[in-house]
Amino acid sequence: MGITFRKETFRDDYTFRNSPEHIRRFPFPFNEDSYMYAVNIEPHVVGPKGSVLENLIDVDEHYVAEMQDRALVLAEDPLRCQSLPHMTLAGWDLLELLMEQQALGYPEHFTLTRDGDRWRWINRPLGIDDTFTFGDTSTLPYGPMEYITRQSQGDFCILDQRDGNLWMDAGMVTTQADWSLDFDIGMNFFEWHAPVPLAHEKGIFIRALKFLTNIQQGKPARRLNWTMTINPRLDTSPENYHKWGPDRATVTPENVGDKVHLRVELQSFWRLPRSNGIVFPIRCYLIKMDELVTQPKWACRLHRVIRDLPEELATYKGLTRYRPTLVEWLSKLDDGSPTSPGFGPD
Amino acid sequence: MSTGTTKLDVVVSDVAPVNDLVTRFHFRRRDGELLPTFSGGAHVVVEMRDGDRTRLNPYSLMGSPLNTSEYTISVRRDDVGRGGSLFMHRSVKPGLEMVISYPVNLFSLDLRARKHLMLAGGIGITPFMAQTAQLAGSGGNFELHYTCRTASLGTYADILQQRYDRRVKLYHDDRDERIDLDRLLSTQPLGTHLYVCGPAGMINWVRDRAAALGWPSETVHFEHFAAPQPGAPFDVALAVSGKTIRVGSQQSLLEAIEAAGVDPPYLCRGGVCGQCETNVISADGKFIHNDHWLSEEDHRSGCKIMPCVSRFEGKSLVLER
Ligand code: FES
Repeated sequence: MGITFRKETFRDDYTFRNSPEHIRRFPFPFNEDSYMYAVNIEPHVVGPKGSVLENLIDVDEHYVAEMQDRALVLAEDPLRCQSLPHMTLAGWDLLELLMEQQALGYPEHFTLTRDGDRWRWINRPLGIDDTFTFGDTSTLPYGPMEYITRQSQGDFCILDQRDGNLWMDAGMVTTQADWSLDFDIGMNFFEWHAPVPLAHEKGIFIRALKFLTNIQQGKPARRLNWTMTINPRLDTSPENYHKWGPDRATVTPENVGDKVHLRVELQSFWRLPRSNGIVFPIRCYLIKMDELVTQPKWACRLHRVIRDLPEELATYKGLTRYRPTLVEWLSKLDDGSPTSPGFGPD
Repeated sequence: MSTGTTKLDVVVSDVAPVNDLVTRFHFRRRDGELLPTFSGGAHVVVEMRDGDRTRLNPYSLMGSPLNTSEYTISVRRDDVGRGGSLFMHRSVKPGLEMVISYPVNLFSLDLRARKHLMLAGGIGITPFMAQTAQLAGSGGNFELHYTCRTASLGTYADILQQRYDRRVKLYHDDRDERIDLDRLLSTQPLGTHLYVCGPAGMINWVRDRAAALGWPSETVHFEHFAAPQPGAPFDVALAVSGKTIRVGSQQSLLEAIEAAGVDPPYLCRGGVCGQCETNVISADGKFIHNDHWLSEEDHRSGCKIMPCVSRFEGKSLVLER
């Protein structure tokens, strides 16, 4: 059957939309009526059919449009994709992982055939049919990481593990929520999380690092994170703050439903076999309020979550300016009745 | 997260004696598929069903990472050890179905290095078999210095010399050949990384000399082959699971905990990875810490123990497990 890829934009006229089936599979991140920080890491295993976890690397109706948007970002700013010289092997690891997973999950769209080191990759949605030698960079139009991540949804941070620490030594980052690869490249785990203000927070980071350096091959893990974005803009980088920052002042009671988007990141963590590096794919899902509230349970729950969010958290997530408008708008859809347990819509 | 690593169902495809002490084992996947890719320096944990007990021993993968149709390990027979290597030598035959873990790499190459200087002692050669194959396949610059007791116990020395010729230098104890370590360490080009695997004495010697000669610690990599030591039996109370267990003299504390049906985390079973770290709730007696994970301060405090290699002598011990 296959996916029907949408023609849409994440900038200028913002034609991005979710189809009704995609609204129902949206990875809604709240399983109760309030939000608490938690170390919500779990094994990254295949989930229910029809969900974004049906395959470990998800491809959806936005695939083609997202890849076009990525190409635009890279044309403007090539530094969104960087790989230090010792990370080429990890790039091949990632290429193998993504080709394997995409071909496995979506055989009607992607095909990988291997004859020893001679590999053939067919990507039908993007019209690509390339034969190359695995391990030989000169046989691809880009380095292995750039080649495959120009064809894979989500951002990718590749970390080198040495000295009991992780180093952000390669990445393709064009759909980030306000951080910059060019700034973080070459830093270790503590450096890119700096400044860490409080001692007890430092303890959390040490535990997180210990967890990540122990990620095992064949046993990926995942977590969800969320924030909100005005307009369906994928690229909310610090470099482009002047373009998206002011949008936060444009929310009115009339346009909340169309402008305010819940942005959910599905982060997964994988050990790479040849390089022994770790890759974090950070997959971004967007949904506008008008779409989200087509599921009454989500409308009620989101209202309560946003209304009760502690002030510091709201500030941290950049919601302060438009929170009252949003809460007011959502409150009209909340009849106060209890919501069913779990993340999914009713 | 559950403990340990993902498992692989394999069949022993070949058993080959290498010399008086060492035997090589080959594994293939039972379903005929390829095995997972790995990187030089990785190990697998092999599960041995020995009567009603299960032993889990880590062994370095020594084949080329470019060949995933089979995994190979080499096991040195230890006649006074706890019996895992004897089980491998006596009872593991071609056709036997076994379970091994996915590869785990706690001794990986630093791919930034301009040159990889490798020092092996005895059976410590095994991770270098895979690492040299990996580097040779990608045009990497390496040099291997290998000490063994006698030429006949120089496991794979001939193969290595054939493959890499002058990049391999051999030293035989019985001929009084010794690495001129200070000279070797002080004549390396900038950007060299040092790797050492062998007996604890050798590792300590190399690390000490490297530090004394000004090598930054992040350029010095080592892997211990620390098997759990046998010792006097002792009793332990597990506070979380509410069980009291006895650790036999040939058993490790980790094995005894597992035998009681508790599933604690582990990766290396050799006191280096930190995964099995356990809090001590109370203790009256003396710890025999054999691990390389906890700091000296941790050892002195008596608040933590690494059950994969450490033991206890005394009246009572209560652990948070
Ligand atoms: S299992 Fe690695 S230190 Fe105990």
